[in-house]
Amino acid sequence: MSENKSIQEIEADIIDEFSLFDSWDEKYEYIIDMGKKLPELDEKYKLDENKVKGCQSTVWLVAEMENGKIIFKADSDAVIVKGLISMLIRVLSNHTPDEIIEAKLEFIQKIGMTSHLAQTRSNGLLSMVKQMKNFALAYKLKQSLINN
Amino acid sequence: MIQAAPISKGLNVEAIRKEFPILERLVKGKPLIYLDNAATSQKPQSVIDALTEYYSGYNANIHRGIHTLAEEATAAFERSRDTARDFIGANVREEIIFTRGTTEGINLVAYTWGRQNIHAGDEIIISGLEHHSNIVPWQILCEEKKAVLKVIPINDKGELVLEKFDELLSSKTKLVAVAHVSNALGTINPVKYIIDAAHNVGAKVLIDGAQSSVHLDIDVQDLDCDFFAFSSHKVYGPTGVGVLYGKKSILELMPPFQGGGEMIKEVTFEKTIYNELPYKYEAGTPNIGDTVAFKAALDFVNRIGKENIKRHEDELLEYATSELLQIPDLKIIGTSAEKASVISFVIDRIHPQDLGILLDNNGIAVRTGHHCAQPLMDTFCIPGTVRASFAVYNTIHEIDELVAGLRKAIKMLA
Repeated sequence: MSENKSIQEIEADIIDEFSLFDSWDEKYEYIIDMGKKLPELDEKYKLDENKVKGCQSTVWLVAEMENGKIIFKADSDAVIVKGLISMLIRVLSNHTPDEIIEAKLEFIQKIGMTSHLAQTRSNGLLSMVKQMKNFALAYKLKQSLINN
Repeated sequence: MIQAAPISKGLNVEAIRKEFPILERLVKGKPLIYLDNAATSQKPQSVIDALTEYYSGYNANIHRGIHTLAEEATAAFERSRDTARDFIGANVREEIIFTRGTTEGINLVAYTWGRQNIHAGDEIIISGLEHHSNIVPWQILCEEKKAVLKVIPINDKGELVLEKFDELLSSKTKLVAVAHVSNALGTINPVKYIIDAAHNVGAKVLIDGAQSSVHLDIDVQDLDCDFFAFSSHKVYGPTGVGVLYGKKSILELMPPFQGGGEMIKEVTFEKTIYNELPYKYEAGTPNIGDTVAFKAALDFVNRIGKENIKRHEDELLEYATSELLQIPDLKIIGTSAEKASVISFVIDRIHPQDLGILLDNNGIAVRTGHHCAQPLMDTFCIPGTVRASFAVYNTIHEIDELVAGLRKAIKMLA
């Protein structure tokens, strides 16, 4: 289970999985499948304030702190984007703010996503990453304020 | 089921395609199928050559230099103006102002004619299918002048409701600014009717010709519009150049847009005397190279012939419409009787972006999203569409590939 794995280990798993595919059709089928499997976000979270800016489709992203670890939940009205965010959640969710802030997320480039997605769309992907890291920074700041 | 694809009559499309080097390239390992022509068209070799020849042969600043290169560059730049004048049937060359594109042309009118002639309580009429470029400049102007922006509604086919337009017109109407062709839906608007009706109440009319200039024969004198703006890059020419046509009698009375070189006759610290038309509106060194190459684009269109281009594009539109409608749950947005070769559609339960990504994976370039016409998308209660738009070099085979690509994408997304 990913709970015990470090961010880098999960990234390595994803890179392994993608190496099995011969074509981008297969990669997209896999991403679409992950998108469909991502649990739907409760309607109460689908608010303007939870929208990630910079995406052509609508992406909602929320973060909660549980036992010192951040749990991400997200949804989108477009299924490929949902698949991408599902991968990001798999990698980043259930880790500490520091781990998330330091994550290099090299898997995105290694599975060929940055070169394959048009700039406008990979900007959307980067917006999601940025938003997730912002959440981690905010929780870290909050923790340090409490501790002091 | 094997069905023979209709063969386009008249045009030698294969020969035309050979003039566009980009059409040779592969995208994601597959031959490029470029169906995003309403965003920008590809460029024929003659345009690319004209650009290269300018920079390697006679690059110089224009209108001032006494040397040979300056003479040659000025002559080429001004030949583009004459060709553009001819292209839209303007009366005199002074009525052709070079801009950066349609957007700048519209802004020029808003900032000069608009600031001079729009006052508190005046009304400007636009339509419900405008591009943001023909909405925002008027919003800014109306806000500043406390004028009122009115909108001609559209029906469910994406056509302007002319009865409502007639009701909106009054002695308060100072300007009507509408698109000739909708970029998002392809609707060809009855601009002749709009212009005549607006003139009857004493209003001026600006036509956004960004989408029409490449598909339709334009005759600004016959239309009798007061302003007409279009862009080079949608007419097979370079980016960064556009034309604003204005009636000479109106342009002469307008204040200048930007101050600087080129637009002046005499400058002292006390007073500046502005240059004559059209230079009064062309401050600073213009985009000479692209403007020179723009002529080659217009020459290309003239050589093929607008009528031939339209016939070919109409065939593509008709074929694409009937083929796309065979896809289950596909709905075409914009079903006006008069349409340019733009086809916008949605498929039930599938986001346009997903279709766009999967089509791109098959080398097919379409546009997805709101097409810079968010108010229009709101009217149809959709976040956006997939838009395929055709140019002279597109083929029936490419439409078959689009349909096959869509069927494959739907299967993957289902």
